[in-house]
Parts: sequence; C-alpha cells; structure tokens
Amino acid sequence: MNNLSSRFKGKRVIMICGSLLILFGLAGLLAPWISPHDPIRVNLAAKLSPPSWEYLLGTDQLGRDNLSRLLYGTRISLGFASLIFAASLGVGLLAGVVSGYSGGWLDAALMRLCDGIMSFPSMILVFGLIGILGPGLSQLVIALMLVQWVYFARMFRNMIVSLKERNFITAARISGSSPWQIMSRHLIPNILPSIVVIGTLEMGWAIMDISAMSFLGLGVQAPTPEWGAMLNEGKSFIRNHPELMLYPGLMIIMVVASFNLLGEALSERYGIKRGS
Amino acid sequence: MGVYIGKRVLAIIPIILFSSLLMFVMIRVGPVDPAEAYLAAAHIQPDDEVLAAKRHEFGLDQPLLTQYVQSLGRLLRLDFGHSYLSNMPVWGEVAQKLPATLQLASASIVLALVVSIPLGVLAAIYKNRLLDHVIRVFAYIGACVPVFWIGYLLMFFISVKLEWLPVEGRGSVQHLILPSITLALWLIAIYARLLRTTVLEELKEAYVRYARARGIKERVILYKYVLRIAIAPLITGLGINLGKLLTGAIIVEQVFSWPGFGRYFIEAIINRDIPVIQCYVMLSVCVIAGSNLIADLLQLFLDPRIARKGRASQG
Repeated sequence: MNNLSSRFKGKRVIMICGSLLILFGLAGLLAPWISPHDPIRVNLAAKLSPPSWEYLLGTDQLGRDNLSRLLYGTRISLGFASLIFAASLGVGLLAGVVSGYSGGWLDAALMRLCDGIMSFPSMILVFGLIGILGPGLSQLVIALMLVQWVYFARMFRNMIVSLKERNFITAARISGSSPWQIMSRHLIPNILPSIVVIGTLEMGWAIMDISAMSFLGLGVQAPTPEWGAMLNEGKSFIRNHPELMLYPGLMIIMVVASFNLLGEALSERYGIKRGS
Repeated sequence: MGVYIGKRVLAIIPIILFSSLLMFVMIRVGPVDPAEAYLAAAHIQPDDEVLAAKRHEFGLDQPLLTQYVQSLGRLLRLDFGHSYLSNMPVWGEVAQKLPATLQLASASIVLALVVSIPLGVLAAIYKNRLLDHVIRVFAYIGACVPVFWIGYLLMFFISVKLEWLPVEGRGSVQHLILPSITLALWLIAIYARLLRTTVLEELKEAYVRYARARGIKERVILYKYVLRIAIAPLITGLGINLGKLLTGAIIVEQVFSWPGFGRYFIEAIINRDIPVIQCYVMLSVCVIAGSNLIADLLQLFLDPRIARKGRASQG
C-alpha cells in the first residue's frame, strides 16, 4: 500500500477517531450536568437569539438553547445506537451459537432467514417495519435491531463452525474443559476483534438511520432533542437561521465519520473482512 | 451462458416469495389491525359490527394459509387494493406518482456516472498526488454526510442566497437540478472510490503490461481496455446500491417537496395506509431484484471473463 493510505488508516486514525468518540460519549453521558440550559424548556422571549455568553450557540425558534440540545442529542443518538448494537449483538450471538453448535436443519433454517434478510435492502425493510409497527423511537429501535442482528449471527455461526474443529479447541475438550469454559476462554477472545469492527460500523449506520428516520418524522418525535428531529424542526427557518440546521448536521457528520473511519482502520489492522 | 442467465432469472422467485411472506407475517403479527387502520383513516367510529364487517371484507376471518395464497394471487395480478385514505386503487395513485420518482432517480444515476467516472480515473492516474487526495477526501466525506442535510445546504446557498434555482417543487428542468445533485452526491462518492480501486488493480494486470510492451499508447490502454472492465463493477454496484438510492429518494423528495412515490409512502406510513406501504415495499423489492439481474447480465456483456468463471463477481 502507499504510505499515505497506510498512515491515513493506521494507528493515528484509531487514536483520533477513538478519542473523538470518547469525547462525544462523555458529552452524551454527562449531558444533564454540563448542559447550560434545559434542552426542552421553551422561552419565547429569547427565541432565535444570536450566540452570546448566555447561549453559546444561540437559541432556536422556541428559545431553547442550541448547545444544550446538541449535547442531549449526543446522548440520544449514541445511547440508542448502543442499545441497538447491544440488542443485535445479543440476538445474533444467541442465533449464531445455536446455529453453529447444533448444525442440521436448525442451522440451515436460521441461515436461510439471515440470507433472506440480507438480500432485502436494509433501509427498505426498516421503512416497511416502521410502516407496519407505526412511527416512534421504540419501533425504530426494534426495526433497526431486526435488520442488524443477522450480521452478528452469521459471524458467530461461521466462527464457531470453523473453530469447533481446530486443534486448540479439541485439546481443551480432551483436557476436560466444559463447553462454557471453551466458549469463554477460547472462542470469545478469538471473535472479539470482529465484534468490535462490525459493532463500530453498525453504530455509524444506526446513528445515520436514526437521524434520517427522525428527520422524516418517523423516529424520535419533537420536542426531544435528536439531531435529525432538530433538523426537521429547523427547516422552516432556513431563510434567516440556517445555523439551526447546520449544527445538527455537523454533529451527525462528525460522529458518523468517526465511527466509519475507526471501523475501517480497525478492520484493516485486524485483517477482518467487513460484514455487508 | 444460457444456463447462467436462466439460473439468475429463477433466483428472483424465492426473494419475492420471501418478502411477500415477510410482509404478510409482519402485518398479521404487527400491532395494527388492518380493519381498524382502515376505519381510522376513513374517520369511521369503529364499533364491533362495523369492524367485523370490514374484517370479513378484507378476508381477515379466513384461515391464514388461504389469506396468504390470496394475497400472493393479488400480487401477481398487480392488485394492491384500495388506499385506506383516499379509497382509490393504490396502483392508480402509484402510477401517477411514479414518473416523478423515476425521473429523479434516473437523472441522479446519469449524473453520478458522468461525474464519478472522470473523478475515479483522475484519482487513479494521479495516484498519491494532490488531485487524488482531494478526490478521496471528497469521496470520504460524501459517504458520511446525511442526504437531508446536504439537500438543505444546497437549497440554502443556491436557491435562497443566490436565487439561481427554484427552492422546491417539480415542473421545469431547473427544479430537477438540486434534488438530483443531492441524491447523486452519495453515489458519486462511492463510485469514485470504487473506480479508483478497480482501475489501479486492472493496471497491474498482465494484459496491460503486454499492451505496453507492444507500444500501445497509455491513453488507448486506459480508455479502450481498462475503463471498459473497470466500469463493470459500477453497474453491479448500482444493482446493490439501488436500495439506498430508493430510500435516499424518499428523503430527497421530502426535502425538496418533490411529488413522487417516496413522499406518498411517508404519508402512507404516518396515516397507517397499509395497502400503500405494502405496495411500496413489494415494488421496491421487485425493482431491486430486477435491476440486480439486469446489472449481472450487463456485466456479463462488458466483461466476458465472468461467464467463463461461471459466476457473477460481487461489487
């Protein structure tokens, strides 16, 4: 590879994106304590005010502090993306382990189900599910989880099938380790890098999808400060106050780009083919 | 080759069957009763008698298998029923909205090809030089930017500030420019990256060395041999990316008030208009499966090595 690309995708990217994401994570976690104002308290007297010491990034059409709303938006985006990640990891782990260990018809059926869901373009499936379940945040989380678990299931299943017969597993089995010990001491450490890579990329997708659906009014509903929903609320003020749309968009780009770059750099580092 | 084409055509059937089954199961398992959704959309106060009558009309009181077979039959006849909201046949309403979406999508695809092919080739020729870095940074950012955000940004600068183009709606060619640029940007980003990689890979192949040894001009090698093969993955890529293009179109239509199928679909979701939702999902599945097939066949034509290998390479 050429040197810029390897430098570009190397340690430095992991460091920069990782620390940026940790910063965002802290901002989200600490939002209730570090936000200067209540993100949903309406104050019409101060509506659409320019940046000042009181309101560092100004206020929106209802006089709510933009900075506080962005900070709470971090909490919502990262929080729900993590929830989707955890849920799809859990479901995928269960399905993959069952599939990989049992083999036979159950394995075949589960893997055909995964094929089916993967052959479906994921966002169309999310739209269809939201259409049937109805708009709303919990429905969106369920829909995104239902699309994403298959990548984990496929990964866990393939790894278990290929690792099951490897010598070190057989050695562990012969020396009397229980299935649980084999799982926790030998299998899980082997697949941890893949979980991190797929998870990082999925976090980026989930944040993008949550914001897109909320922008369309199908996910997080106003007045909750989610970036996509904020953009949706700010769009009527495009003429005179484009900053209402600018800020949330920049937040989405920074977080999604960090997750994508980090995921790619990690997958290069560990030599893992990406899921999807 | 004939066997390969036949196999590819037959492979579509399970995909469509699977998605229709999935839709059917989801509607039955989902929290919304179609009869109730209908009455709510039609502003009829639901009582037990009306509900039971509606359920009977929709065939909801019949065994599940009969219902599924019937819904498949209707699907084959392209009968998607009546919209709960307007009580008009869904297919008729969709046929009205579809041209706007097709216009937007095809304009974006053409734009994406026209812009990304030179960008990708330039990036490959000037590998690791300034131009390459600029194109790659652009491509990188383009893939992470939310479609709706870039749409409003373009609208703000070009329509509101500079007043060069209309803000929203559909009608003249000017109306088409911003929505199709918005929708194409993301595709350009993906394509430019993909093309750069394939051109660089192809340039390492033996036939390029041979052509160079024979003294064929670098430009001829690039445009006549390499590009022809490097474009093939773009076409398969289109089949794969069409799903994202369709959902992108939903968002772009919303941003620019473009009166297409995507906006109609969002309205349907908000109003729980189940026949319209079902129609959108099934149609997009068919379109995507169909275009994947066409993409594979086109690629076969562009790069005959694939048929000899006996498989379609993945983009």
